[in-house]
Amino acid sequence: MADIVLDKVTKSFPDGTTAVHGIDLEIADGEFVILVGPSGCGKSTTLNMIAGLEDITSGELRIGGQRVNDRAPKDRDIAMVFQSYALYPNMTVRENMAFPLKLAKMAKEEIDRKVGEAAKVLELTEHLDRKPANLSGGQRQRVAMGRAIVRSPKAFLMDEPLSNLDAKLRVQMRTQVSRLQKQLGTTTVYVTHDQTEAMTLGDRVVVMRGGHLQQVGDPQTLYDRPVNLFVAGFIGSPSMNFLPATVEENALRCPMGELALDDRLRRLLTAADAPRQLVLGIRPEHFEDAALVDQAGKGFTFTAPVDLVESMGSDKYVYFSVEGGPAVAADLEDLAADAGGADVPHDRANLVTRLSAESRVRGGQEARIWMNVDKIHLFDPSSGRNITLQEEEPAGVAAS
Amino acid sequence: MSVSSTTPATTAEELSEGGRRELPQKRAKAALSEGKRQERRLGWLLCAPAALVMVAVTAYPILYSFWLSLQRYDLKFPSEREFVWFANYATVLSNGYWWTAFGVTLLITVVSVAVELVLGMALALVMHRTLIGRGLVRTSALIPYGIVTVVAAFSWRYAWTPSTGYLANLLSDGAPLTERASALSIIILAEIWKTTPFMALLLMAGLALVPEDLLKAASMDGASAWQRFTRVMLPVMKPAILVALLFRTLDAFRVFDNIYVLTNGANETSSVSMIAYNNLMKGLNLGIGSTMSVLIFLAVAIIAFVFVKLFGTAAPGSSDEGRR
Ligand SMILES: Nc1ncnc2c1ncn2[C@@H]1O[C@H](COP(=O)(O)OP(=O)(O)O)[C@@H](O)[C@H]1O
Ligand SMILES: [Mg+2]
Repeated sequence: MADIVLDKVTKSFPDGTTAVHGIDLEIADGEFVILVGPSGCGKSTTLNMIAGLEDITSGELRIGGQRVNDRAPKDRDIAMVFQSYALYPNMTVRENMAFPLKLAKMAKEEIDRKVGEAAKVLELTEHLDRKPANLSGGQRQRVAMGRAIVRSPKAFLMDEPLSNLDAKLRVQMRTQVSRLQKQLGTTTVYVTHDQTEAMTLGDRVVVMRGGHLQQVGDPQTLYDRPVNLFVAGFIGSPSMNFLPATVEENALRCPMGELALDDRLRRLLTAADAPRQLVLGIRPEHFEDAALVDQAGKGFTFTAPVDLVESMGSDKYVYFSVEGGPAVAADLEDLAADAGGADVPHDRANLVTRLSAESRVRGGQEARIWMNVDKIHLFDPSSGRNITLQEEEPAGVAAS
Repeated sequence: MSVSSTTPATTAEELSEGGRRELPQKRAKAALSEGKRQERRLGWLLCAPAALVMVAVTAYPILYSFWLSLQRYDLKFPSEREFVWFANYATVLSNGYWWTAFGVTLLITVVSVAVELVLGMALALVMHRTLIGRGLVRTSALIPYGIVTVVAAFSWRYAWTPSTGYLANLLSDGAPLTERASALSIIILAEIWKTTPFMALLLMAGLALVPEDLLKAASMDGASAWQRFTRVMLPVMKPAILVALLFRTLDAFRVFDNIYVLTNGANETSSVSMIAYNNLMKGLNLGIGSTMSVLIFLAVAIIAFVFVKLFGTAAPGSSDEGRR
């Protein structure tokens, strides 16, 4: 077991693409860290550099305090689980799991004991003599995990290990991976592009974009205090609502109406030297049916026509489209591209709200909705910076 | 050949048809199977031309030589033509020349295929890994295979001719093509030079089938480059290697051109193909020559059988796992 430190680690490929731009990251001993970000943001490249499968162009990588930049993968004592599982097709489950031990020239009885233990933990005992081709996806995944844990390595690296499983199995395996990691207490770096997986699994989550770190922090911090538009939009499902907002004399004009600027907001805006055009962000759960709110005076209440109501049992997702157009920012385009670029009409902004199940709001009717103004985030559209975080103590480490 | 992939479906259909005969009232299903039957008929019709051509160009000559091999039939003594059953086989199989040629053929086959496998694998790895000038490397590696065998054989012969050939002067003072051991070595060398590229090409196709992740996983598991090669790459490539070996073994067993040009079979360097040719074309002994051809055919068939049944060689791409 060991800590892993990335010190300004950069990766440039021979064809000129720089996949990772000087990443600084400290992973404590026994920690479970998730690298998350849209496809192509350099997560796998970062992981491969830690593994030793890719050379580090510049910067330093330390495992357990030792510089390992120039060590071959086999000399780093790290195990890796691949998205494709990468099981050896010619070997049985037992042989697959025993392979690293055999290469390490471990005694036969010792190998049998370790493989047996791992198989028991992963419920693979009755499959030990089968070939990978005859296993289900979930079983193959477990064999891949087994091959990693038999060695008791210093750290586990996992590159989207659950992506090839169907949704239900993925959720099951997620808890199993989490439990296993806690049980073994081995430092783990886990790569995923799925923010739900990232939020539910990790002690700490590292959000990456375009080879840069965006924010590092525990899941709740990322959710409550995103440092920029990208993190705000990437974390959370359904994602945060983004609306255009204009700063006026004493108010903030947004598609729902004019929000009074309180002292706190005014101070933040001055401190940040904010432009007049901003992006307002607010999460779906910070809305409520106005009829169900006691201290309605504290927030902001507006009326809007309901597009659609989705009842989830525990609560209701209510969709509005409000006059005034969607927010425009470069970061938002990146997010839309990652989400598959849903076509939004250009004169209206969509609003997703999560209301209590008791709400009587109906599709096609006007509804009075209350919004918790304390929870709004204001972003600078050009830099994406979260202005509302300014004066408070820094939340996690923001990339410059 | 091309219908073979539909065979499992057909058998399944036949099975269900058998079950249906007991329940003739199920009309809808019967109509469906009528359509299936027509589809099958169309399938046969579509491969009929190819099948006919195959029969004309391979089955007929094979059967005809078998027919000839059962007769005493020497064109120099046409009047003595007679049906002798397997007497020709007894003659050939008890003949020392035949067995010498057989031994020479086996030696050439085994040595050249073994060396080609090693060199071809090395070449394939180089071609697979080369990033710069990939096209150039591949093209230049394939040049020997593109040259007509006889032409290449002549250039080898000139190279080894005493006093004028550059290799003969360089390496020895005698006449290497006139001594059995050195002549055989030169024949094998010419074979290897000529067909290693073909081997490399087949093996490269196999290399492409080894997933990159598998090799990465092996390095993470602590395998050295050599261990990755022997424990992961070779087993995964096994089907491709077997196919390459099968092709080359069958090919090498019929070695002819190089021997014909380099030594013309002198000093006991004849292969079985050479002596079959000598008996048939030079000796005009159709009976004995055909017998030898049939024996070569049998040997080739046995080699193919061994590869397919014992080693489980399968066409590249077909799922061979678990078929044994
Ligand atoms: N071998 C390579 N050569 C050149 N560019 C590469 C190579 N591997 C990855 N890249 C590029 O590096 C970027 C990051 O890739 P990767 O780390 O695989 O992203 P992901 O976050 O999806 O795992 C991508 O833009 C990709 O195109
Ligand atoms: Mg990836």
